[in-house]
Amino acid sequence: MTARLFRTAGLALLLLALPAGAKEPPKKAEPVAQEGIEVPKPPFSDGIFPCTGCHDGKQLKVDTKRRELAMHSEIELKHGPESRWCLDCHDANSRDSLHLASGEKVEFTASYKLCGQCHGDKFRDWRVGIHGKRTGSWNGQKQYLLCVNCHNPHSPRFAALKPMPPPTRPEAIQTKKGGAR
Amino acid sequence: MTDSKHTFHLDSNQQASSGCGLDRRDFLGAGVAAVATALTGCGTLSKEEFLQHNFQELTKEEVLSVIARLEKEYKAKYGKDVKVGTTPAMPGVIFGYALDLSRCIGCRRCVHACVKENNQSRSPEVQWIRVLQLDKEEGVNLQHADQYYNPAEVPEEGHFYMPVQCQQCKKPPCVKVCPVGATWREKDGITVVDYNWCIGCRYCMAACPYGARHFNWGEPNLPPDQVNTDTHYLGNRPRPKGVVEKCTFCVQRTRKGLYPACVEICPTGSRKFGNLLDKTSEIRYVLENKRVFKLKEELNTQPNFFYFYGV
Repeated sequence: MTARLFRTAGLALLLLALPAGAKEPPKKAEPVAQEGIEVPKPPFSDGIFPCTGCHDGKQLKVDTKRRELAMHSEIELKHGPESRWCLDCHDANSRDSLHLASGEKVEFTASYKLCGQCHGDKFRDWRVGIHGKRTGSWNGQKQYLLCVNCHNPHSPRFAALKPMPPPTRPEAIQTKKGGAR
Repeated sequence: MTDSKHTFHLDSNQQASSGCGLDRRDFLGAGVAAVATALTGCGTLSKEEFLQHNFQELTKEEVLSVIARLEKEYKAKYGKDVKVGTTPAMPGVIFGYALDLSRCIGCRRCVHACVKENNQSRSPEVQWIRVLQLDKEEGVNLQHADQYYNPAEVPEEGHFYMPVQCQQCKKPPCVKVCPVGATWREKDGITVVDYNWCIGCRYCMAACPYGARHFNWGEPNLPPDQVNTDTHYLGNRPRPKGVVEKCTFCVQRTRKGLYPACVEICPTGSRKFGNLLDKTSEIRYVLENKRVFKLKEELNTQPNFFYFYGV
């Protein structure tokens, strides 16, 4: 008896909810299908990839203990170094890929998924084309950049640039006969 | 009956004038050319150029002949085939622009990409984008703006950067003051200048609250090897001396579906561009989801250029 009552109530609720659901404004447009995103190749240092060139499990044994590395000394970790180290992102058993917190493997070409785990707000903006650079056509095909094309994953702050020349001050404009006055 | 009489009169007139060996049209043309030469103080202005009407009033054939004449002139001047386009506004499009103040680092890549794309004078260099360095403590306070900053590296501590260019107003004061109607707002929201109709009075420059219009005080110095040959009549075609010019959102690019040059170059991705009427466009996403403001909103110029904070 009680079960039937519940079922009826549930059905009524469902019926009530249905038209309301239909009236809801359409979901915020997700202009790009996540898997359809065209991204360039990750900017590897010369000769570094594939990682399995050295990390093939034979020459180098897998050591998952957190430590100072003898190799890769050029990498300075400025990305929350207290709480993070190499194998949090790089996969110990499959060196040519990365892995998410869940252990799921992610290719270097889809590293944005890895970044998006923590930087969800930026990831969301990037997918709709607000965070990061897009080139191409405003009403058609667009080219994206991977997060790592602008942010070095080991030191993600956008690098400072030399500014291009400032405008000429009016008093510094040379007078020329027949030219600028 | 009256018609035939009228025709007869015309005919007799023509016969009369051809009788003297010079018809009325030729006579007037030569006279006008002489006056033109006298008025402008130089002999470079052709009769056709002097007699050309406002671009908005030209018929299709007249447009074609104007374009042919311009292309010939540019060929002679720069030794290059400069294509002068007249692509009209796309239907159902109003362009909008959004600039992320939390990302811009003031590197001026946009300023120089713009000069290159739009055939501005190189010396003195005319720049359509002005990047202001502002104090973080002061916020958007133009009293504290510096456009001549030049450190070794940007961004500088305690500062943020605000590029200012034409805001493509819905109520453009520059258009309102033009005494000759040489500047107007196109259907896609871009304010353009007919350089052949502009008289160089610079009222528009005085009226623009954004300093977005620039005057060619001298003959624009554009080296032939730096000419961008893909141009638009109302946009980046090489300009003569004595006319006002301004940002057109790269009309020659955007009407073909491309991003403006400043969007294309920005290394930080601060610049967003798209169709305000398209619900799925990036620009609409910014307007609907970010903190957005308009520069000098209190003046009611109603810009289609927005600043936002992407953080």
